[in-house]
Amino acid sequence: MKTGARILIESLQREGVNTIFGYPGGSVLPIYDELYDSSIQHVLVRHEQAAVHAADGFARASGKTGVCLATSGPGACNLVTGLATAYMDSIPVVAITGQVPTSMLGNDAFQESDITGITLPVTKHNYLVKDASDISRVVKEAFYIAGTGRKGPVLIDLPKDVNTSQLSVQEEEPGPVVLRGYQPTYRGHARQIEKAIGLLRKADRPVIYAGGGVIESEASCELLELAERFGLPVTTTLMGLGCIPCDHTLNLGMLGMHGTEYANYAITECDLLLAIGVRFDDRVTGRIETFAPHAKIIHIDIDPAEIGKNKPVMIPIVGDAKAVLGDMLHQLEKREQKGPWLDRIRTWKEKHPLKYRDDGLLHPQYIIQELSSLLDGNGIIVSEVGQNQMWTAQYYCFKEPRTWLTSGGLGTMGYGLPAAMGAQVACPEKTVFDIAGDGSIQMNIQEFGTIAQYNIPVKVAILNNMYLGMVRQWQELFYDRRYSSTELPSIEFVKIAQAYGIEGMRVDSASDVRPALEAAIAHDGPYVLDFRIEREENVFPMVPAGAAINEMIGGHQQ
Amino acid sequence: MKEHTLSVLVENKAGVLSRVAGLFSRRGFNIESLAVGTCEEPNMSRITIVVIGDDAHLEQVKKQLNKLIDIIKVSDITYHDHVGRELALIKVNAEAGSTRAEIMQIASIFRAKIIDVGTRTIVLEVTGNPDKIDALEKLLRQYGIKELVRTGRVAILRGAKTVASEK
Repeated sequence: MKTGARILIESLQREGVNTIFGYPGGSVLPIYDELYDSSIQHVLVRHEQAAVHAADGFARASGKTGVCLATSGPGACNLVTGLATAYMDSIPVVAITGQVPTSMLGNDAFQESDITGITLPVTKHNYLVKDASDISRVVKEAFYIAGTGRKGPVLIDLPKDVNTSQLSVQEEEPGPVVLRGYQPTYRGHARQIEKAIGLLRKADRPVIYAGGGVIESEASCELLELAERFGLPVTTTLMGLGCIPCDHTLNLGMLGMHGTEYANYAITECDLLLAIGVRFDDRVTGRIETFAPHAKIIHIDIDPAEIGKNKPVMIPIVGDAKAVLGDMLHQLEKREQKGPWLDRIRTWKEKHPLKYRDDGLLHPQYIIQELSSLLDGNGIIVSEVGQNQMWTAQYYCFKEPRTWLTSGGLGTMGYGLPAAMGAQVACPEKTVFDIAGDGSIQMNIQEFGTIAQYNIPVKVAILNNMYLGMVRQWQELFYDRRYSSTELPSIEFVKIAQAYGIEGMRVDSASDVRPALEAAIAHDGPYVLDFRIEREENVFPMVPAGAAINEMIGGHQQ
Repeated sequence: MKEHTLSVLVENKAGVLSRVAGLFSRRGFNIESLAVGTCEEPNMSRITIVVIGDDAHLEQVKKQLNKLIDIIKVSDITYHDHVGRELALIKVNAEAGSTRAEIMQIASIFRAKIIDVGTRTIVLEVTGNPDKIDALEKLLRQYGIKELVRTGRVAILRGAKTVASEK
């Protein structure tokens, strides 16, 4: 005889789960009782939102599926933002929630919420399990769905009586997953690939536009090989940073709203755009009609619904980036690099580098550059959302995939600290930094408690400008400097950290940046740095909403 | 903008209809009509959805529907030779005498069945394409329609082809 909860734990172990981020409560008591002497490590967070972000960070850093656990009602509802975050960025997460007993479902029972209904639009799929004999199959399916095709979060809702019910049947390993409505396409269509190669051969001004899909399909090697063999410059989305080393000659950095000028110029001038694992998001394209106006577009994506969604495409290729690029490489010989085009790009890069004022004051960009040079690609960088995120994306030199974790699609403030926690648990040997703003960090600052309790050595660098900086920037530029509800009082974050038993340091001048970062890196345990940066520093260049991406403000043409 | 008829084969599981309906509302697709019922396969259901939009819009509707795990197959049968039918039950005022005779005459022209007769009302059952039902409704309005109930459209391919066998 086994309980449903026992079967759940065994099913999770069968999927290779060794860590769960969660928060207990009434309806999940049977599961927590099983966890008590299980080999699975449970990390007790301070808020369920942090559990799902941590599972997400764990997944992004490791490439495995992250797992979180919450009780019914409020616990389950607190997962929603994190599920939406993972859904928008296609991150494999399995969320397990408790539910009121099946006999009480729909009765507005204590701590009941219709979590499968609530999470319908923010999960790839979800399950309400009403019979314990379904648990092992459902868990297997959930991990399969979360981690294949276009990845994403899957939620399993388990009523309390399902967890406690005793099953007499011998629980065997469930059979292979059979989902007749779910058969993702991995191999690209051969004729489409041939056509794409034909276009690549003829193009004079080709550009690769690569995104999170390249990271999730582990296609960075193939991408680099293709770029080098064919002399193709590569620009990446926010989600794609790290899929080509930042210091590679073919790398153009990030494109879009806060992209580099040369990336945006290259897109605007190119005659062939090879889009891989991207979705032509509005923050990337600016005014969609003027995005890559001269280009024939080839779009490789595992999700057919992304192809042609925002922009008509000449050659759609549905498939996994790694498989499709692999097939392309089989057919592509090394070719003469397009000298004039690459020369033009080199000139743009020389004339329009990213820059900020060099006046000895404490600029956030300098902090990011110093951290980048200290870690030299050997760390994992997590960001919150806003200016801190954009400065990191612009000035940190990412060299490998899965070293940059950020909430791209949903733009979730409060993501950073818990995600960094998850990444650190997944990669204990790496230095993990959360680059935060003073606004964002306060959205999940309670997780200082978790990193202190488990001695998870995450380093937190707060770029403190006593503003909600990105919103303030928009108010400065587009609302006549009317700073409506964006000013924050000064907070002594080091004292907050100390109250949790975490060490920290306040940094007020540029000359102290490097020693402070070195101290944080050297410290054995979590560490908090409170950088008092220039208060009204802006993120530039910037494409105003609704403008074409070559119409940047704060760039060099002004 | 064109009316499209989608024949959607789904798993016969709890919550499938809300997944489909939710998808339409959150992506801003308008459902003109929807009919759902069991089909020839024991553990599948078929949903027939009529939706209005241009081709690009429809492409997105179909692709998003296909992404739902419980959806097995989405077929746009608009451009295939097919027949579509709706059913309506119409309760119309019909005092005994000449009115009642007139209504019965109209019913027979439209091949509508009289399925209930009361002292002051008649209930007609009519099936057909939407235009036919609209026309009958228009004619009956002069007598006073007390209640009208219409189903969504169901549709099937002509000839030996089936939606399941179509590529």
